[in-house]
Amino acid sequence: MSKPLRVVVAKPGLDGHDRGAKIIARAFRDAGMEVIYTGIFQTTEMIVRTVVEEDADVLGLSILSGAHLHFAEEICKALREQAAKEVLVVMGGILPPPDIPKVKESGVAEVFGPGTPTTTIIDFVRKWHAAQ
Amino acid sequence: MDKASKAAAAPASPDQETWKNSTLAGSLKKMPTRQEQFTTLSGLPIKELYSAEDVEHIDVPSQIGFPGEYPYTRGVHPTMYRARPWTIRQVAGFGTAEDTNGRYKYLLAHGETGLSTDFDLPTLLGYDSDHRIAVPEIGKIGVAVDTVDDVRLLMKDIPLDEVSTSYTINASAFVLIGMYEVVCKEQNVPDNKITGTCQNDILKEYTAQNEYIYPPAPAVRLVVDTMEYAAKTMPRYNPISVSGYHIREAGSNAVQELAFTLAGAHCYVTEAVKRGLSADFVAPRVSFFWDIHNDFFEEICKLRAARRLWGRMMRDWVGAKDPRSWTMRAHSQTAGVSLTAQQPDNNIARTAVQALAAILGGTQSLHTNSKDEAFQIPSEGAIKIAVRTQQILMLENRVADVVDPLGGSYYVESLTTRLEEEAEALIKQVLDRGGMVQSIEDGFIQRQIADASADYQRALERHTEYIVGMNIHVEPAGELPFEAFTLDPGLGERQISRTQGIRRSRVQAEHASALKEIEAAARGNINTMPAVVRAIKAQATVGEICDVLRGVFGEYRAPLVY
Repeated sequence: MSKPLRVVVAKPGLDGHDRGAKIIARAFRDAGMEVIYTGIFQTTEMIVRTVVEEDADVLGLSILSGAHLHFAEEICKALREQAAKEVLVVMGGILPPPDIPKVKESGVAEVFGPGTPTTTIIDFVRKWHAAQ
Repeated sequence: MDKASKAAAAPASPDQETWKNSTLAGSLKKMPTRQEQFTTLSGLPIKELYSAEDVEHIDVPSQIGFPGEYPYTRGVHPTMYRARPWTIRQVAGFGTAEDTNGRYKYLLAHGETGLSTDFDLPTLLGYDSDHRIAVPEIGKIGVAVDTVDDVRLLMKDIPLDEVSTSYTINASAFVLIGMYEVVCKEQNVPDNKITGTCQNDILKEYTAQNEYIYPPAPAVRLVVDTMEYAAKTMPRYNPISVSGYHIREAGSNAVQELAFTLAGAHCYVTEAVKRGLSADFVAPRVSFFWDIHNDFFEEICKLRAARRLWGRMMRDWVGAKDPRSWTMRAHSQTAGVSLTAQQPDNNIARTAVQALAAILGGTQSLHTNSKDEAFQIPSEGAIKIAVRTQQILMLENRVADVVDPLGGSYYVESLTTRLEEEAEALIKQVLDRGGMVQSIEDGFIQRQIADASADYQRALERHTEYIVGMNIHVEPAGELPFEAFTLDPGLGERQISRTQGIRRSRVQAEHASALKEIEAAARGNINTMPAVVRAIKAQATVGEICDVLRGVFGEYRAPLVY
C-alpha cells in the first residue's frame, strides 16, 4: 500500500473566510489523505515553510480576498525554489474569470470556484498523483 | 384557552386527526409524498399541514400581540412600511475613498436610501496600507482607510444629516466610529442628528468571520467603550449591529444564527451593566443584522422569533424598563452564500425571493445581493438589478402595504415559536457553559458551525439538498452575463502616498501625546474613546492606534477547529 498523500490547506493573507478551507480540509481527511490545515493569516513564508517541513505533496490555497494574483505568483515561485519535490498547487475561492489563466500561468494547476463538489477536487488530486 | 373558546376558535371542518385518518390517508394510498420526511433548512420537521391545534399552546396576547408593542413579534413599528419603507442599503466598498464615494453616488442616483461601507482587509485588521502584509490587499474587498482624511473623502458631498451610513467593521471599529463622529461634526451635524450604524460585533469574528485582533475579553471591553461613548455623544447612532449574517454564511443553520447572535448581544449588554451602566442606557441602540437564506418561511419566522426572544431577554432576563431596549431593529442581507457561480442569472430569482422573506419578516433595512458576486465585487449593471428588485417589491407587489401579513398563519406562528424555543435552549447552553467568551475560547461555537456546514455540504453531494444549476439542472458553463469589475492597479500607490504625506505633515507632538493617552486609558480601565478621538484629530492612523492597543492587550491566536 502506498503511503497517504500529504496535503497542506492554507489561507494566505488577511482574509478570514475559512468555510471553504475547512470543508476541503475535512474532505481530504475523509478521503484518507493526511491534512495539515494552517489556519488563517498566513504569509507566503509561513505557507512555504509548512509545505517543506511537512514534506507535503499537495498545497490547497483558499483565497476570497482578491489577492490571488499576488499570492499565486509569490507562493509558486518560492515553492519552486525551496521544495525538494514537485508540489501540486490548487486554488479555491472567489476569482474573476479573467484572472484564472493568470494564476495558472504562475503555477497553480487548477482553480476550483464556488459550487465545485469536493469529490471533483479529490479526483483531480488523485489523478495527478497516479500520473506521478 | 378553555374548552368552550377553543371550540369557538377552531374551524367548522373536522379536526386534524379525523382529516388525517380519512381524507389524507386515502390520498396517500393513491399518491405517496415525494419524500418521506420534509424539514426546514435547519432540519426542523415540517408537517403536511398546520391547523388550529398546532398553535393552541401559543398565547396570542402575550406571544403575538400587536406591532409596535411588546413582544414585537409582529414588528417593531405600529405602521411598519405603510409609514416608512425599509431602507435600501447596499453595501459598497473598494479601492480608495474616492472610488467608493463614486459608487455611493451611483447608488444614491439609482434610488438607494442609505449607505453602507465595506472596508479592505488591512483596515479591518488595523494595519496601515504601507504595512508589508497589507500591500497585496489594499482596496481589494473594501475601501482602504488609514486616516480621518480618507473618511472625509469617503463621505464627500453626502449630506450626513439626511443619509444614514453603516460601517461594516469590527476589530478596529472603535477607530472608525471616532472618525465618523469627527467628520459629522466637521459638517456641523448636531449630535442628536448623527445617525448610522457600525457593525462593531467582535464576538462573531471569533466564531465566524475571523477578522479579529485582540483576545475576546479586551475586545468586548472596547465594544462596551464605544457603546458608552456613543450613548453620550451621538444618542441616535447605533454603535453596534450584532450580526447573525456571518455566522450563517460560515455554515450555521438558522437556529444557531439566532442563538449565537442573541447570546452575543446579551453579552455586550450585560458587560455594560457590569461596568455600572444601566441596561436602558445602552440597549436601545443595539441593532441587529440577519442573513436571509433560502428557506422562505423559516427566514420569516426567524426574524419574528428574534424580535420576541430579544424582547423577553431584555425585559425579563436583564430587567430593562425602557420599551426601546426591548425592540430588535434589524438590517438584513440576502444570503451571499446561496449565490451560484453556475448560471449566474438565476441569482436574481434567488435574491428576489430572499428579499421578500426579509420584508415579510419585518426588516428595517435591506441589502440585496448582485448576480455576479460569486465572482467579483458587483459590477454597476448587476448592482442596479439588485436595487431595482427592492423597488419592485416596494412599489409593485403590495407586500409593504399591510403589517405582518403572515401573522396568524398556523404554520408561521408554529414555526416562529419552535425557532424561539430551539434558540433559547441553545443560548442557555452557552450561558451554562460560562458565556460567549468561554464558548469561543474553547471552540464550542466554532465546532457547532463547522459541523452544520459539513452536514450541508454532505447533503449537497449526496443530492438530498439541491441547488439549481449546481447539483441539478446543470449546464456547461456559458458566457458570463455581466461586465468584469476591475480595480485601478495604481490604487495602492495612491493610498500609500496619501497616508505617508499625512505622516510627514502632521503635528508630531500632539500625535505622540494622544497615542500615549490611549495607552494610559487602556491600561487604566478608563474609556478609551475620548483619547482615540483626540488621536484621530491629530491624524493618527488606524494602524498606529491599533498598534498601541496591541501593545496593551496582545494579539489573539484562535484554536483551530475544522
